[in-house]
Amino acid sequence: MNLKTKYMGLELNSPLLVSSNPLSEKLDNIKLMEDHGAGAVVMFSLFEEQIRQENALFDYVTETHAESFAEALSYFPPLEDYKMGSSRYLELIRQASEAVDIPIIGSLNGITQEGWISYAKEMEEAGASGVELNIYFIPSDPSLDGRGVEQRYLDILKAVKSAVSIPVALKLNPYFSSMAHMAQQLDQAGADALVLFNRFYEPDINIDRLELENSLDLSGSSEVRLPLLWLGVLFGKVDASLAATTGVHSARDMIKYLLAGADVTMTASSLLKHGIRHLRRMLVDLEFWMEARNITSLSEMRGILSRQRVEDPVAYERANYIKILGGYRA
Amino acid sequence: MTDKPIVATLDGNEACAYVAYRVNEVCAIYPITPSSPMAEHADQWAAKGVQNIWGNIPEIVEMQSEAGAAGAVHGALQAGALTTTFTASQGLMLMLPNMYKIAGELTSAVIHVAARSLAAQALSIFGDHADVMAARTTGFALLASANNQEAHDLALVAQAATLKARIPFIHFFDGFRTSHEVNKVFLLSDAQIRAMIDDELVHAHRARALNPDRPFIRGTAQNPDVYFQGRETVNPFYDVVPEIVADTMAQFGQLTGREYKPFDYYGHPEAERVMVLMASGADTAVETAEYLAAQGEKVGVIKVRLYRPFSMKHMLEVLPASCKSIAVLDRTKEPGAPGEPLYLDLVNGLAEAFTEGTLASLPRIVGGRYGLSSKEFTPAMVKAVFDLLTAPKPRNHFTVGIQDDVSHSSIDYDASFTILADDETRALFYGLGADGTVGANKNSIKIIGENTDMFAQGYFVYDSKKSGSQTISHLRFGPRPIFKPYLVESASFIACHQFNFVRKTNVLKLASEGATFLLNSPYGVEETWDNLPRPIQREILEKKLKLYVINATDVALEAGMGRRINTIMQTCFFALSGVLPREEAIKAIKKAIEKTYFAKGKAIIEKNFQAVDMTLDNLHEVPVPNALTSKEEFLPVVAPGAPEFVREVTAKMMAGEGDELPVSKIPVDGTYPSGTTKWEKRNIADFIPVWESDICIQCGNCSFVCPHSVIRAKFYNEKNLEGAPAEFPSAEVSARGFPETRYTLQIYAEDCTGCGLCVEACPAKSLKEPNKKAINLHKKTDELIETGREHVSFFEKLPLNDRAQVDFSSVRGAQFLEPLFEFSGACAGCGETPYVRLLSQLFGDRLIVANATGCSSIYGGNLPTTPWTTNAEGRGPAWSNSLFEDNAEFGMGMRISADKHLRMAYELLDALQDQIGAELVQQIKEAPQLTETQIRDQRIRVATLKTALLKLDTPEARSLLTVSDHLVRRSIWLLGGDGWAYDIGSSGVDHVLASGRDINVLVLDTEVYSNTGGQMSKATPTAATAKFAAAGKRVGKKDLALQAMSYGNVYVAQVAMGANPQQTLLAMREAEAYPGPSLILAYSHCIAHGFPMERGLDQQALSVASGYWPLLRYNPVLRRKGYNPFVLDSPRPRIKLRDYAYNEMRYKILTRTHPGEAERLMRLAQELVDQRWATYEEMATRKAEAFTPVG
Repeated sequence: MNLKTKYMGLELNSPLLVSSNPLSEKLDNIKLMEDHGAGAVVMFSLFEEQIRQENALFDYVTETHAESFAEALSYFPPLEDYKMGSSRYLELIRQASEAVDIPIIGSLNGITQEGWISYAKEMEEAGASGVELNIYFIPSDPSLDGRGVEQRYLDILKAVKSAVSIPVALKLNPYFSSMAHMAQQLDQAGADALVLFNRFYEPDINIDRLELENSLDLSGSSEVRLPLLWLGVLFGKVDASLAATTGVHSARDMIKYLLAGADVTMTASSLLKHGIRHLRRMLVDLEFWMEARNITSLSEMRGILSRQRVEDPVAYERANYIKILGGYRA
Repeated sequence: MTDKPIVATLDGNEACAYVAYRVNEVCAIYPITPSSPMAEHADQWAAKGVQNIWGNIPEIVEMQSEAGAAGAVHGALQAGALTTTFTASQGLMLMLPNMYKIAGELTSAVIHVAARSLAAQALSIFGDHADVMAARTTGFALLASANNQEAHDLALVAQAATLKARIPFIHFFDGFRTSHEVNKVFLLSDAQIRAMIDDELVHAHRARALNPDRPFIRGTAQNPDVYFQGRETVNPFYDVVPEIVADTMAQFGQLTGREYKPFDYYGHPEAERVMVLMASGADTAVETAEYLAAQGEKVGVIKVRLYRPFSMKHMLEVLPASCKSIAVLDRTKEPGAPGEPLYLDLVNGLAEAFTEGTLASLPRIVGGRYGLSSKEFTPAMVKAVFDLLTAPKPRNHFTVGIQDDVSHSSIDYDASFTILADDETRALFYGLGADGTVGANKNSIKIIGENTDMFAQGYFVYDSKKSGSQTISHLRFGPRPIFKPYLVESASFIACHQFNFVRKTNVLKLASEGATFLLNSPYGVEETWDNLPRPIQREILEKKLKLYVINATDVALEAGMGRRINTIMQTCFFALSGVLPREEAIKAIKKAIEKTYFAKGKAIIEKNFQAVDMTLDNLHEVPVPNALTSKEEFLPVVAPGAPEFVREVTAKMMAGEGDELPVSKIPVDGTYPSGTTKWEKRNIADFIPVWESDICIQCGNCSFVCPHSVIRAKFYNEKNLEGAPAEFPSAEVSARGFPETRYTLQIYAEDCTGCGLCVEACPAKSLKEPNKKAINLHKKTDELIETGREHVSFFEKLPLNDRAQVDFSSVRGAQFLEPLFEFSGACAGCGETPYVRLLSQLFGDRLIVANATGCSSIYGGNLPTTPWTTNAEGRGPAWSNSLFEDNAEFGMGMRISADKHLRMAYELLDALQDQIGAELVQQIKEAPQLTETQIRDQRIRVATLKTALLKLDTPEARSLLTVSDHLVRRSIWLLGGDGWAYDIGSSGVDHVLASGRDINVLVLDTEVYSNTGGQMSKATPTAATAKFAAAGKRVGKKDLALQAMSYGNVYVAQVAMGANPQQTLLAMREAEAYPGPSLILAYSHCIAHGFPMERGLDQQALSVASGYWPLLRYNPVLRRKGYNPFVLDSPRPRIKLRDYAYNEMRYKILTRTHPGEAERLMRLAQELVDQRWATYEEMATRKAEAFTPVG
């Protein structure tokens, strides 16, 4: 059974990647991911905003009370060897790249042009095989039009591409008015992979305390539909690799994505729920399914149910909708 | 052979420690002001891997006290390591016993001392020679440095000499004046240091060490037959010390070009009047003598460097033969002595020399005292002493620098006499601690001192408050070395970084004619002048000052700098002063910014750059009109109605004019009136709380957590509102059963620090406006303050709530108890003071507090104003601070005394029963005194008793009157931080807890030595960083609660007000009611934890939620009744330790500096939390019999 695949130019042993999540904060976990068949590991995200906030807090607490009182001119040991917020992250990339054979992909959530470029470069220097840009941007400014939003993605991508030579993936949200066009633009701008999709933290409201509440539910298999739709649409239309990253909890979910056209699938919630060893279970199940159908390599199954390959491509569009409604009527 | 000198701008502490670190193998350390930075530097260098001259990294060990440090020094020396320590004041006192041993055993070692006053009538952190003089009998040699360069150089001379002589040395310099002055220092290279230390002598030192391969015993007990002779064996060693020091200094001079002698003479070669003194004051005297000598006056100064062993031979070698009179100045006082030590040594030496014929004639000699506790010692004072020597019969045993109108010891001086170099720039900067003024000035000194050939000096004066503290920076720049250890006397540049200072202080008093005045003004060029008070306008006009303004506060906000206006004002200084070319200066500032903020990221650097770039566009000269336009005088220093002592004494100190107070105004025995903070009205908050009466649920949480007692509540009959100011807020009392009763929550806005804890604690929200609570911070306006003042005035006239009617058992009820601890100078948002305030509310009118030295003794007892106050009946907490190490014993003494006097009172009551009446006696003796009603009833009985006793007027009756106050139960509390309870006072606390007596111990646990700047204690948690634990604390925090519980009869509670205020209240009341020893460990968030203080209560709650700080109570009364005495008051941990800990920089730092270690230690810390929780949970389920029985 050959589970090898290619993703953003990287040769992978399996189509199951670990997407960005806190488990990758520990080197031992990354080793375990490799041991259990992960094709690659997308590291937890480096949040530029968080680093800036932390640095600002550090500055505040060390400066505010310093040189104010004769008996205590400072309250912390001097921190000449205090490392910038990214250094721990980069150190982990360095260690992980040395410790495992699978590719380590950095994940970056920036907020400034300079941040995107400099942290991506640092990841490359630390040994990352690729970088995934986690562009988490809610266009809340009414004066910003859709074209402006798109341009923002393109600008970030171009800036990073021009700064690094490792492949660059984009983790996208599904809310572009023309998803396919956007994907094509990104593809033309040099994206090595498109990762579908990012999930927004959608706030809830506590009606007793009159407060917003933030919580994140783990994704479920029911959420595969939207990425499935767009993977199916984009398969064969872009040069960039395609990754599916929502609701991958079982081989069943993986298979659906692969059939729709994903080069790789990514999971995080399932590992948080079942543990890292769950990777192996999913892969075994995938192999079992393939064996049962005498499929020996992924290329035989990839995209066979994509829009491009299905007999009636309209099923990917309105017909699908009509069918569902019809089902309900019945 | 002279290496090219390396130049650095350092303070005296660093200059000294730089050498001490390089010539030692072990440093046993303990923090004490002003020497702590020496230990901190040593620790940091070791952490960074800086090597000593032998290529190894010295072992730095923090001990539990200076006594411990001295013991460790002694042991390390006996085991052969080159060992040092750094200390001051009481720290040196704790080392004395070991010092006799170290000297008696002829051990080579140097102790470096930042000389500081000893606590007598009061503690003082400032500099004089009381400590080193108290050590002069130990057998240590004493070597004095006068300035930073000497502190650097003589540290090496002392080390080299001790190895040669085998006599240990104290190397000292003046605390603060030298230890904290920043000045340009020519650093010794490692090669130079190496050349001064003879390895053969090091090997000999090691060879004298204890070694089982060639054993001997040292430290025997000797009998009358040989002890005496044993003491005399050392004489030859002492005899040669002066020569050894002289030779070593000569060797040093050849190596470096810097010449020193045991005694150095400066001044007129044929001086007739000579002054003798040591340390920094000597530099002032030298400068003045040389100035006067240049004008033909035959005066000179002998600077004493080697004070012990005292060598009259070396002294006479430099004393001009022409000398006719000598003034010896001591920076210490020995009450009852025939003179101060240096004076007596001179008298003795000269008399002996004259008697022996080595001196042809005996000069007249007088002694005087100067400069105690860093009192200024200026050229004017030096001149006055020289002038004194011209008198036919000069005053002996005089003082200079004060006005002594009691003993008339003081000599007058002409304060207008100054020595001002024309080529020197002198500048003064008035700032706030929080605005970064001092840091920026230190930076400027570095820029000038290290990048140019110029010399620079900086000295910084801080007030004694921990919040809203003011700083005054005194800077000098010039082409020649600056040895002027006194404040700037006249400035050509004055900057005032806070506009409100000019409203109350004459910041221009020291401005020279034509000087530049830079003011951070919220008013523009047009309006600033009219907003200046009249006295400031007058100074500007009379002295023809140039006035420049910048709205630095706005520029800082725009640049994202918050309140930090430091780089902006620094840029203005360089732009206006012309000390450096403007472009060059800006380049240097930016370079310094990059260096300073490198670790904090580009964003921080960029906003500082932006602030610099925006500065010059916003800096404007104000055309000064020709006439005074303002009618405003300075604001009053104290509030109206202040008592006489406050007006005449306290107010002077507050106004910065304490130096002008004569001796007669100062209390003779350190006794001061209670409750003076209330007159201060500091107005330091930018934002103040405003109460929303319609939203409030009257829960009392806000006043419960307020660190400064600025939130007070009363309920009262609505009729009392007659005559209330318009808009005086009130609400119906929310509790049932109180018809016609109103409730008011009053904010004392002028005393508030704006910390915001009240808002955090408030649970009540508007049902319509999500961001509005029942208490909210508003930007302070003149109108808010004015209205607030009227409201406070009316509120204070409302009747106080009857304590007997207040429900003490609830937080809601506690708000109505009058705080007798108010408006302290503690940090804004302090985590300690809410507990202290609560203590005063609950038991204040019968409370005695023994307070260990530390934060709580400083905000509790540092002049000018103190927060412990009285109620309307004149009762209130009686407070005292003895020392750091002895507080438990100090408080126990109070208990013993109270118990003894109570027993005496009982005995006298019995004896006088027939006259007083058996019924009253019985009632008094058997009165239960647990509730407020019972205590009030007892007070009435005691008052009746006193009336009866006054009528009796017998000896017994008079005696009983003196002890009858004890018949009302006293509440004795020991207060202190973790440094006291876990470290230096640990054995005392243990002893008190084991005593069985009714003593309450409240440990305000900040988990570091907060007052001295965040050094590790045994309360510091695993995985946190602290000074002396920069690589993370590796061992677990001591479980003091469990230790105390092991006695069985100790009431123990662990509380965290932010997690459960009700439990805190309950624990305090149970502890007080328990008639035996009690221990309360109170989680106290602190600025040393590294997060914004307005989140303090949240962090407390998280510490409990993580299981790190379990809330518990152990009540022996329950055990006695057959119940499980251990109650776990907090639920099972619901979050991980990291979810609490990593909100704080003290933990977070390690993830950035040592990520692997941080991970390891956090795992360990979590295990410790889990394990301790399991232990407690198991204890909570035990049967009573499983606990120690209570006798």
